Amino acid sequence: MWGTTLTAQAIIQSLASGLLMGLLYGLIAVGLALIFGLMDVTNFAHGEFLMIAMYLSFFLFAFFAIDPLLSAPLVAAGLFIFGAVIYLLIVRFAMRAKANAGMVQIFTTFGLAIVMRGLAQFFFTPDYRSIPQSWLGGKTISIAGIFLPEPQLVGALVSIAAFAGLYFFIHRTDFGRAIEATREDPGAVALVGIDKNRVFAFGWGLGAALVGLAGAIMASFFYIYPDVGASFALIAYVTVALGGFGSVFGAFAGGIIVGLVEATTALVLPPSLKSVGIYAVYLLVVFIRPRGLFGSI
Amino acid sequence: MMDKDFAARRRRDLIIAAVLAAIAALTPLFVKDVVVQNILILTLMYAGLSQSWNILSGYCGQISLGHALYFGLGAYTTELLFTKFGVLPWFGMLAGGVVSALIAMGLGYPFFRLRGHYFVIATIVIAEIGLLLFHNWEWAGAAMGITIPIRGDSWLKFQFLRTKLPYFYFALALCCLAWFVTWWLENSKWGFWWRAVKDNPDAAESLGVDVFNSKMGAAAVSAFLVAVGGSFYAQFVSYIDPESVMGFQFSLLMALPAVLGGIGTLWGPVLGAAILIPLTELTRFKFGGSGRGVDLIVYGTLIVLISLALPRGLLSLFSRPKKTGAAR
Repeated sequence: MWGTTLTAQAIIQSLASGLLMGLLYGLIAVGLALIFGLMDVTNFAHGEFLMIAMYLSFFLFAFFAIDPLLSAPLVAAGLFIFGAVIYLLIVRFAMRAKANAGMVQIFTTFGLAIVMRGLAQFFFTPDYRSIPQSWLGGKTISIAGIFLPEPQLVGALVSIAAFAGLYFFIHRTDFGRAIEATREDPGAVALVGIDKNRVFAFGWGLGAALVGLAGAIMASFFYIYPDVGASFALIAYVTVALGGFGSVFGAFAGGIIVGLVEATTALVLPPSLKSVGIYAVYLLVVFIRPRGLFGSI
Repeated sequence: MMDKDFAARRRRDLIIAAVLAAIAALTPLFVKDVVVQNILILTLMYAGLSQSWNILSGYCGQISLGHALYFGLGAYTTELLFTKFGVLPWFGMLAGGVVSALIAMGLGYPFFRLRGHYFVIATIVIAEIGLLLFHNWEWAGAAMGITIPIRGDSWLKFQFLRTKLPYFYFALALCCLAWFVTWWLENSKWGFWWRAVKDNPDAAESLGVDVFNSKMGAAAVSAFLVAVGGSFYAQFVSYIDPESVMGFQFSLLMALPAVLGGIGTLWGPVLGAAILIPLTELTRFKFGGSGRGVDLIVYGTLIVLISLALPRGLLSLFSRPKKTGAAR
């Protein structure tokens, strides 16, 4: 868009793509918000979870020719197990730290992120990969003269569906209520027979499964490489913080804002500066509301 | 606070530091290998940087993962003044420090209202913004960066062609300076204020501690020293671009030694750097060339294990059980 004249058409076009991307950002970020809300832990390896999901989707395509869209539930299931295992093997112990608890959590998950990147380089090489031919990849759909790329469109729909499902799950099922109860008072739930560790492991699994879903969809239109998580992770933190840490539906709104701001910035600044808009909006929001848009004060 | 034990401990710390510095100063007599010298220089530099980071993040408790901004500002201020206006790096170093300290305080106004994750993310974000702006700033070389022209081989120009030894001694001096500033501030009004702010800002405020200004003071000192490190690094590697002086990895490499050694302690950063930096460089030297990430795997595993096993850092291995709730 840079350098071209801004017509109403171009603006609507870019806001529409921004909205789609924003819904996807929301889906990437919601797992982070869920885990934070549940147990006050920020997963600094969240971007690497996304990276693993993208690779999983890639290999399912490369070896079994399963389209990313079909493999998305498989990838989500794989990530669910991965997230729960990471909780049980590592995070559970990080939460027991008696001193510097915040620091320990930050650096344990950070260390994990570095290991995951290293492992990805070791096993998958640093090469950029992409899924050349998928059902959606490279296709666009035209609605009233506005072109929407199909992978992003489907991603946005999946994101809306996932948020709806999550809402239903948290408010309407016993396990969802157990999650809500645990986040309110992890000590008291033990008295009514809820195993805190099981809920936390499930929370990590669910958070990872959601980012897995996002990764599977992104695999069909984005390059896949060991460091791919880093840039999306920062956007995810900003998204979550915008919405207010721990607010699952704040992440939904945060994602949409981030997507729209990114698209708008790309209209007025060189494309390489498009993230500056997102970061500036983050700073602006937290300066006015130090706990994010939907965070409790 | 200022009982006999405490005064004795401070004297002991000073003596240990002097002895260690003297030993460090003599190592180049025995170490002639350029690769090893290089590792020693980086170790001293990161020890100094981490010590400076520790003032804001460890003592004052405001965890910054955006100190790469000040490191990069130090490097860029020095080299822009040097290449565009011919200003000697020594003045550039000072200018970089002042610019960084002023920016740290300017950012402090809005930033220090934030707490917890909101603050940490704000620091990451502001360093990212700085990185992107330098990437797009044509006059400052944009993504191509600045190659520092050779204008001499002397302390005056702070450029050395034949030997790395002067860089070694400067890095040692920087490390000693950062340590000494920490040692000195630890026992000043500021040191006590910082610990109070870290433990409980609301309680500190109600007891008359000027919370906001103590954070500002810590940020200014911390940013100044880190910027001096950035100036040094730019002269040492003689080429800078946005990624190589303002990238996120510097923020991490400043934080990690302090965290591993013992955050908010006098000796933590030095101890952490002495272990972490040689290990990083050696794993990179041994496995890094393969491009297969073995260095990352070793390094990351170490971070996870130490964080889990020793939440207070390696220093806690040496500490005896405390008699009372002493200052540390």
